[in-house]
Order: sequence, then C-alpha cells, then structure tokens
Amino acid sequence: MKFNVLEHKLVPEHRVLTDKESEEVLKALRVTKDQLPKIRGIDPAVRVLEKARKAPIPEGTIIKVTRISETAGVSEAYRLVVGR
Amino acid sequence: MMSMRGVTKRIRAIKFALLSPDEIRKMSQTKVITADTYDEDGFPYDLGLMDSHLGVIEPGLRCKTCGGKVDECPGHFGHIDLAMPVIHVGYVKELKKLLQATCRKCGRLLLTREQAADYMKEMENVEELGGDATEVQFVTRESAKEATKRQRCPWCGEEQKKITLDKPTTFREEGHKLTPKEVRERLEKVPNDDLRVLGIEPDVARPEWMILTALLVPPVTVRPSITLESGDRSEDDLTHKLVDVLRINQRLRENRDAGAPQLIVEDLWELLQYHVTTYFDNQTSGIPPARHRSGRPLKTLVQRLKGKEGRFRSNLSGKRVNFSARTVISPDPLLSINEVGVPVEAARELTVPIHVQNYNIDMVKEWIKRGPIAASKTGDYIAGVNYVIRADGRRIRVTDKNADAVAETVEIGFIVERQLVDGDVVLFNRQPSLHRMSMMAHEVRVMPNKTFRFNLAVCPPYNADFDGDEMNLHVLQSEEARAEAKILMRVQEHILSPRFGGPVIGGIHDHITAAFLLTHKDARFNKVETTFILSRLGMSGLPKPKIKEGDLEFWTGKQIFSLVLPKDLNLSFKSSIASKGVTNPKELREEDSLVIIRNGQLITGTIDENAVGAFKGKIVDKLARDYGSEMAKKFIDKVTRLLIGAIMVKGFTTGIDDEDIPEEAKKQIVDQLKVAAEKVKQLVEAYKAGELEQMPGRSLEETLEVEAMKVLSRAREQSGEIAGKHLGMTNSAVIMARSGARGSMLNLSQMAGCIGQQAVRGERLSRGYWNRTLPHFRKGDLGAEAKGFVKSSYKSGLYPTEYFFHSMGGREGLVDTAVRTSRSGYMQRRLINALEDLKVKEDHTVRNTADTVIQFKFGEDGVDPSRSIQGDAVDIDDVLQDVLGEEPSWKERMTFKEMTSYGLTEKDMVVEMEEEEAEEEEEPAGEE
Repeated sequence: MKFNVLEHKLVPEHRVLTDKESEEVLKALRVTKDQLPKIRGIDPAVRVLEKARKAPIPEGTIIKVTRISETAGVSEAYRLVVGR
Repeated sequence: MMSMRGVTKRIRAIKFALLSPDEIRKMSQTKVITADTYDEDGFPYDLGLMDSHLGVIEPGLRCKTCGGKVDECPGHFGHIDLAMPVIHVGYVKELKKLLQATCRKCGRLLLTREQAADYMKEMENVEELGGDATEVQFVTRESAKEATKRQRCPWCGEEQKKITLDKPTTFREEGHKLTPKEVRERLEKVPNDDLRVLGIEPDVARPEWMILTALLVPPVTVRPSITLESGDRSEDDLTHKLVDVLRINQRLRENRDAGAPQLIVEDLWELLQYHVTTYFDNQTSGIPPARHRSGRPLKTLVQRLKGKEGRFRSNLSGKRVNFSARTVISPDPLLSINEVGVPVEAARELTVPIHVQNYNIDMVKEWIKRGPIAASKTGDYIAGVNYVIRADGRRIRVTDKNADAVAETVEIGFIVERQLVDGDVVLFNRQPSLHRMSMMAHEVRVMPNKTFRFNLAVCPPYNADFDGDEMNLHVLQSEEARAEAKILMRVQEHILSPRFGGPVIGGIHDHITAAFLLTHKDARFNKVETTFILSRLGMSGLPKPKIKEGDLEFWTGKQIFSLVLPKDLNLSFKSSIASKGVTNPKELREEDSLVIIRNGQLITGTIDENAVGAFKGKIVDKLARDYGSEMAKKFIDKVTRLLIGAIMVKGFTTGIDDEDIPEEAKKQIVDQLKVAAEKVKQLVEAYKAGELEQMPGRSLEETLEVEAMKVLSRAREQSGEIAGKHLGMTNSAVIMARSGARGSMLNLSQMAGCIGQQAVRGERLSRGYWNRTLPHFRKGDLGAEAKGFVKSSYKSGLYPTEYFFHSMGGREGLVDTAVRTSRSGYMQRRLINALEDLKVKEDHTVRNTADTVIQFKFGEDGVDPSRSIQGDAVDIDDVLQDVLGEEPSWKERMTFKEMTSYGLTEKDMVVEMEEEEAEEEEEPAGEE
C-alpha cells in the first residue's frame, strides 16, 4: 500500500473492537448488529487496519470511529464490517 | 367510516409476486371473447368487454357476480385466453437475465454446485447483517453476471449461445429469433433451487409466468365508458386497447387453426405482441405509440401511474382535501401572532365535527336551530350547523326550513358539523413549504371582508408579503389533532428557528423604524402622545413622567418601551445602528448604540433590528429562551402594537429627496471618480508599456484587471462615504438602513453617489463587439468607462452606455436566481425524500424506519439547536450572571463570542451588495 489513509488529517481514527468490547457496545447502545451503520470490507481504512494486524478482518466485526466533531468536540461512532 | 373506528391494523410487510395463469383464471369471473361492448339496445354483450359480470357502472343495474349496485360492487376481473403466448414488456430485463444465466438445453443455472452454494450463503449473510432488498440485489446481480459468463453448461456440457435482446420484446439467439413460446419452454425447465440463487422466490414467481398465456381484464369500474350529451358512448382508452387485443387474438386463432402459412401466423403473432405491449405501456421505446382516431396517443396502464399527473404524485401524494380554504392574505397588526383572521364566507363553509354528548346536547340543539346562516341580534356572525350526521352515518343537510325539525331529532351519539368559532385550531400554510414554519397552527378569529389576516411579525417564517400572496387553511377534525397541533405547531412554539437557534418571528420594517424613533437618544412624548401610544397596549393609567418642565410633563421613549419588558430582564448588546468596528463603550454611548437593560428598564441604547427584529432580535431571543414561548408571544404582540402606535405619533416618510446631497459633495464625488479613472488609465498605460508588475499566479492581463477592479471599487466606496457624510441620522432613508428596517447604506450610496462597476462572472464587462463592449469605444480600450464602470447615480440618471452595462449586470443576476432556485429546489426535494423517515428516538439516536442507526447521537452532541445558545447547551456566562449577580463586561463577552457587530464592515458590504441585488431583482419578477 502506497498511502496510509489513516494518517491523513481528514480521516478519523478507526479501531477494531475485540469481541468483548463489541458485546459491551451493543449492550450499551441497545442495538443488534444489523442495526449498525456499515463499512465495506474493501474500505481503504479497513484494509489499513487489516495490514496493521496482519490478519483479515471478518465480516461482522465492529469498528469504532472516533472523530473530531465541530459540534460535540469528540464523537464516537460504530460501524459493522460487511463483505466486499 | 364509522364502522372503521377502533379497527387498527398494521401493515408489517408487502410482498410482490407474479400472477400465474392459474391465478388469473381463478380471479376471473368471465372469459372475454367478443371484441364488442354494447349491443344496439345499449346492453352489454355476454363475454364482451363490458360483460355485466365485470361490475356495474350504470345506476339501476346490478352486478351479475355479486349482485351489488353501482357504489356497492367494487368490480370484478375477467380474462382473455391468448391464442399464442406473448412477452410481458415489464419483465424483459428479467427474462434476458434468466435466458442468459440458464442452460439452453437442460435449463439449469450456469453455475457449479459450489458457486451456487456460495452465493446462497452470501445472501443469507447480508440479510443477517441487516441488509435490505437492494443489498441482497447486489449479490443476485453478481451471481447472474457470473452465470452469464460461462460458455458451457456445467451440468450437461451443452455449448451456450449468445442471447441478445432486440428492443423492446424480441429475443435472438445468435441472430436466430426466439418465439415467446420457445422462451417459455426454456424457462419452464429451470429448477426451483436454481432460481433462488438468482434472487427469485419460485413459489410465487415462476419465470415462465413472465410470458403471458392469459391476459387479465380489469373491471369496468377501472375503465368506465362515458355517455356523451348526444347519446353516443365513448369508451375508455384501456377498453379500446383491449378491443384491439381481442380482435387480433381472434384472427390469430382462426388463421392458426385453419393452417394458414407460417408467415401470416407470425405476422399476426407479432401484432398481438404489439397490442399487449402497448396495453401495458404505450411509451415503450422502439415501437410507435398506439393512437386514438384523433391522433392522440392512448393512455394505458403505465401512463396512468407514471409522472406528475400519474396516480402516485397526483392522486396519492397530492390528494385534494376537504375542510380547507384558500384566499388572499392581508395584514392585521391588532391580531395576536397566534391568531388568523378568517372571512365570514369561509367560516360558514368550514366545519368542526362535534360529538353530541350529555353535557352538550342542549347547546348543540341551540346551534342547529340557528340554521346554517346564523347571525346574532346585532347582526354579527355566530356559528351555525351545516350537517348533522346520525348514528347510522346518514348525513342531513341543515337548512333554514328544516332547522327546528332536525334539532329535535338530535340524540347522543350524533355528530354535528359546526361552523368555525373564534379559538378553533386551524393549520395555516404558504407554499413553497420549505421548512416546518411554513405550516403552523393558528387560532381562528372570524372577521368581515374576504382575506385571511395575520400579524405582521409572522411574515418572515412564511416568507409572505401582501402583494397578492394567497395562503391555505385547514380545519382540524379530531380532538387528538387539535391537541397535537396546539402543543407542537402553534406559532408561539416556532419563534426560535431550529436552523440557527435564533428568532424567526419578530418586528419587521415599520416596527423597527418605530423602535428607533421611539427610543433613539432623548426622544420624548407629551401627555397626549403618550396616552395614544399606551392606549394601543390596552393600559389604563399612565406611568410617572420622567421629565417635568414647568406644567408640562414628558415621558421618554425608553421609559415607554420599558413598559413591555419583563421586570427582571437584564441584557446588554450593541444596536444595529452602531458604526462599524466601534467597540469602545464611550463612543457607543455617544451614538446611543449600546443597549443596556437592567431590571426591565431600558437604561441606554437604541432599540432596533438587533433588539426586536425577526432573525436578529436579542430581546425576542432571550425571552423565548428564558421566559418561555407564552412570554415571548405576549412580548411580540405588545411590542408590535406599541411600535405601530409610536410610528403613528411620530410620522415617517421617505422620498427621493432623502438622497439629496449638496452641490459641493457632488463635485467632490465627480472629482474623486475622475482621479480613479485617471488611475485606471495609468494602469492601462503601464500595462501597455510592459511596466506593470505581474502578480504571483496571474497573467499580466489578469493583473491589470485585478488592479483596475481594486481602484474602481475603492472609488465607489469613497463616493459612498462622501455621500454618507451628508446623510445624517435625521434622514429617513438612513434611519431605515442603519436601524435595519429596510435597505442598506450601499443602496443609498448608489442612489446618491455612484453605482459602481458592473460585472458579469465577477469580471469587468468585456464581451459584445470585437475587442470592445460597445461601438462607442475604441477597440482595445481598457479604461474604466469602456469596461462597465457606472459613475452616475440612480438619482442623477445613467448615460446610455452605462444603462446598457447596468442591464448586462442585471441580466446575469436574473439568470442566476432563476437557475439557483430551480436547482436548489430539486436538490432539496431529493434531500427531503432521503431523510423523510429519520427520527430521533428516546435514546437520542437517529434512526430510520428499519430501525438502523444513522447517528449515534443527534447531531453528534444531542443538542437541539432551537434550544441551544450559540450552539452550546448551556450559556455559562448567563448562569454566572444570574447566580453571582455580577454583570460581566459586555465587551469581553462580545469579543469572545462575536455576538454583535452588525454594523457594516467592508466585508459585509460585498456580501450585502450581492444579496440585496438578488433580492431586489427577485421581487418585481415575482409580482408579475
């Protein structure tokens, strides 16, 4: 990969949640996995994460996106990895 | 309608499926064979298109299927057995996909067992992760694509041939034509399990059903014939088309059975295909539309549904409604912002259903006895009753004659449709309904004359004026609707806008001028004047006069204004009249533009747009936020009345002589403009001599343009300043501009001083003739006059060339606004359609109707902008001031938050020029 998108200042921080964390998040938000917003497995950010952990990220994994928000300072969002 | 009450059913899902020939025949009440409709006696033929098994359209007759009369029988389907199968145009795309993805010999899907299993699994996976139909479609599209690619069948080894579609309905296999019959035979062979991989549910949608062997004939109620005055019958377009289908179908059958030559049968088969195709969609590309005898294209099934005039947009989304009214609007400053004046004529027609109960039966009887055109003893309007609805649902029209008799029959359980009375809740709306404030709940005030009337302060949210605007009114029909409207939609609940968190309802035009006249500096009023102004508030008794000169008593304007402020209000801000860039309290006090309100008393400062105006009014804002909507409503009601009173006492007018400036000033401007023109000339000379210093990133020509523009815009500003010097705060036009009532200082300087450079696409004018704008100038002239600088003022009048240049600039503005409005309108339509199902749930997440999360917290911070202070949930300074009782240095606050400084700055001038110009030009166009 020529360019690491996560290092760009406009790309927010992405982090893969562990299974335990995922469960906690789902519980705290009172949502099921299918209600989460999605992110494609081929998304450049996901591919960077895959490269960093040297393992593919399976579908159904939750990724936490932390962005600097104009209105809220810091805001957290969660995305579900879906295929292709 | 009554029997529907209490029955609540909820649609959980909608499933779409194909109609199988078996189902068509099962639904059908009769076979249709005869291509004729009625015999000479006007009776429908049996087995004809108007067979009385298909329903009734003539009063008096009964349906042969269900026995119902005209409004009871919903109509029943029939069917036509087609002699040869034909393709359904609506499914050609799917048919092509299926033919390409399956084997020509064995009918199996052209995928290996493993591939098929993979795709099935992926589909399940997508569904499990909350994918909707479109996302599943991505997978099926992929599987079909993969199958199409394969050249040889993995099951029987057959070599596949290339299938093409000859639009609209002919399939070819390597040039050889496939008849619908052949297509159908192929599709019949495809096994159910293979269809599932392609996203087709075979139980309800076998692919061979996409080839029609029987055609469903809609009930006559769907295609009623009309009897003309002459007694002739005129049939519906659909009936015409079905006649065509039947005729050709018959000929085809006869020819085929008689063993006619293949060529003739094929021709007839194709003709049948054409008629069936146009029966579904008469705008299918590739074939000529079927026409009426007169040459008008027929309106067939698809045309009934599609487009702006179609069933969806015209009859479902755009239903016409009862209990509504529309008329011209006009202002009434004496109404509350929550009210709307309704003409008597409208109030008589509009009704509210009242359920007759124990507690109101006597009252209701009284209403009915008044008759439908009730008047009080003094001749004023009082509400009557138009209809009485009995418990069995029958409606009885109340007339003067039967009023007494009907009143006696009224029992508990009846519903009575009462005419409007003062206080009824109605919805009031002006198109275009761009935001939620375009439709608000008002309370009725029945009034004489024929217009709807409302308080002027409510103009901004509706974007209404009174140059002929019309508005709509809807009367709410249920208790729930009234309660909901009163809580959520009342005008007072919309004082603060959710767009920017400021007020959208407040003083406009005269209110602001009046506020200035009332409160600027030491304005004072004698007893007569004060009495007049305060009488408008409905006050009895006068406050203590602030000033006594001998026997004469005077009240200050600030004192009078303070009467409408809450007693514990503390506020400080900068007036709109403040000169640009002035922040020093001393200077502000000198021009009386530092507003300080302490304990509900206006101490210093001028009340103007920044205090009570719509969009900018600080006092309105503060009251709506801290004291609640009720208080804000009262304030706006009172302040608008008070200010109209004040301007009536003071008197106010403006005219072209407000822009008169002394000869000497005019000369100064002319001289100054001459200097500027000379400067441009020097620049041009420098450019021609090649001495102009090039700016980085610009060519030499561009550099010259930029420099010239700079010089000329500075020249316009200076002439504005010179003119402004001679237009003081006693000048009416200046008062309006500075206080924010109407117009700007730029408008004034263009009238008194100089109009300035005209521009198209942000550049000086340059197009027209070869190397020049007009033949009045030399070719290649780059000077000020030759490229669209207008040195005249609107008042002095323009030279012919200037006039032409000005119209060039004006035309661009006109075109821009036309383009902008249509484009932004379409953009907004798409945006609204995309966002319409989103809502904020109890846990602050934003979700759509499928319950998937769109935002984890509304706006990422969960703050409602209409309840925030400059975007923050809490105004810390304000809380501190309340608790500590200290007044924070207003200057600190302002520099920190930039709450004020609405005085004109250089940057504002540019923006304002663009905005104002656009606005001015928009309005006359709209008037015509």
